[in-house]
Amino acid sequence: MIHVRQPGIQTTVQDLGRPNWQHAGVPVGGAMDLQAHRIASILVGNDLHAAALECALGGVALQFTSAALVALAGRDVTASLDGTPIVPWRAFRVERGALLALHTGCRTTIAVAGGIDVPIVLDARGTSLRAGFGGWEGRAIRRDDQLPIGRPSSLSERIRDHLVEARLTIARWGAGPDLLPAYSDAPTVRIIEGPQFAELDDASRTLLLGDSFRIAPDSDRMGYRLSGHALRLTTPREMLSSGVTAGTIQLPPGGAPLVLMADRQTTGGYPRLGDVITADLPLMAQLRPGDHVRFVLTELDVAQDQYRRIEHDLARAQRALQLRFAAGTDGSY
Amino acid sequence: MRSGPPIAPRRAAVHVARTVWNDAIIPLGDRALTVTMPGADGRALVRCLADRVRADAPPGMTALVPAIESLTIHYDPLRSSFGSLRSYLTQAFVTLEITPVTVAEPVLIPVCYGGEFGPDLDDVAAAHATTADAIIAAHSGGLYTVAMIGFLPGFPYLEGLAPALHTPRRATPRTAVPAGSVGIGGSSTGVYPFASPGGWQIIGRTPRALFSPTREPPALLQAGDRVRFTPITTAALRALLEQP
Repeated sequence: MIHVRQPGIQTTVQDLGRPNWQHAGVPVGGAMDLQAHRIASILVGNDLHAAALECALGGVALQFTSAALVALAGRDVTASLDGTPIVPWRAFRVERGALLALHTGCRTTIAVAGGIDVPIVLDARGTSLRAGFGGWEGRAIRRDDQLPIGRPSSLSERIRDHLVEARLTIARWGAGPDLLPAYSDAPTVRIIEGPQFAELDDASRTLLLGDSFRIAPDSDRMGYRLSGHALRLTTPREMLSSGVTAGTIQLPPGGAPLVLMADRQTTGGYPRLGDVITADLPLMAQLRPGDHVRFVLTELDVAQDQYRRIEHDLARAQRALQLRFAAGTDGSY
Repeated sequence: MRSGPPIAPRRAAVHVARTVWNDAIIPLGDRALTVTMPGADGRALVRCLADRVRADAPPGMTALVPAIESLTIHYDPLRSSFGSLRSYLTQAFVTLEITPVTVAEPVLIPVCYGGEFGPDLDDVAAAHATTADAIIAAHSGGLYTVAMIGFLPGFPYLEGLAPALHTPRRATPRTAVPAGSVGIGGSSTGVYPFASPGGWQIIGRTPRALFSPTREPPALLQAGDRVRFTPITTAALRALLEQP
């Protein structure tokens, strides 16, 4: 069990989301940074469908009422375990009664071996904040919530046993830099041209692809509002609502672009300038209000090659860990 | 449940395929595509193509989102590609038949109009220089079609609002509209499945849950359904709201 001492600004139970209920208007949801989320799951030996905690910024303190195996993932993570600094991207042991504090971060995943054991609703465990279901009671966690932890896999048990035998708190191995997105507070993010991109006036097109935008304070899990430049179409247009996806850049009438994120609606009715490619969504997800972002055009083929490469890398990392801690081995080389 | 007169299906206009088709399928990011079908047959084509794609379930498809004149297919690029789905859709379209809408019994949505549950009813009546009762009669006399589901889980975009009821949105949106609120926004009418900010004119409240994640299916309505609103008293609403 996890006893929530400090919930932070917005901490929710998240997983891979609910893509297959979009026809009913259900937001996909799930972790904002699916790469960090899945790496953290892999590091603690979880099934990729296990639920973890996602913390916006910092100020989170969790007390474990039983021993656990945990991993943190995200950008600019500073954390401590009973006062001792803990690095992200590695599994670590938590003793019964220990206090894990997340001091700073952007969208930090806290994965626990066995996962956060909440009921499956519409095929997933993630929190649907706007509709108030899934996750922990359909809401962000609060002080003194008691979050149940699922039964750890045998792989998780072996990883933990290995750390105990090696007298390590934190694993010596972890996710290598090759596996991590190139996080930054001012990343260049690749987009695929959207249907109304060509309708931007010349000045707006130059701004969209040349200048940097600031993440506005009213950005959240639904979407990021970009400030700094107002963009305009040559001719304003009314549109019928149609399907949108993670990373769709919409242009509402005010001229401030809106990048749709995990908790986006399933459909949207504003002009679409482009879509952030899946491989670069983690860079967007880990931006804080006040950070900056630039956009550059790329092609669908490039985007899908990148997507497939990341999926293969993650699958390979998971297999490597499974092989390393295969039943009957002690985890040493 | 659904029944209707047997009307001979007709072939989708093949010239549409030749002239519009290449531009009609465009990528939506790197894991989805949208098929747009405007024009007189657009709605029917979306409905029939959605039925076809749902039945075929092409490999790698992760979601199918019908909208008013478009259909969005989400897919996993590990198991499919834009090219293969475009080929599939082009083939499907060539042999697509526009089948008649099967006439189902309309879904009845009880509504308590006016009073504390419909705070804008009198304003709507005033805007049309008529009485609240006339607005209730007109709104509950209409037969509506669910054009699409979106915006919120289970939220129906309803078509068929009588022009005499078209009313601009409120000048200042409310920060919180209760779940079940029935509203008019411009030429649309609809029901808020969840408490939400909103700018529509709220004329009543229904006790029926438009969405419940533990119900099967979770959404009360789906695209293509017909809807009628039936007036109920405040006492009836309260009794129904109190049911667990």
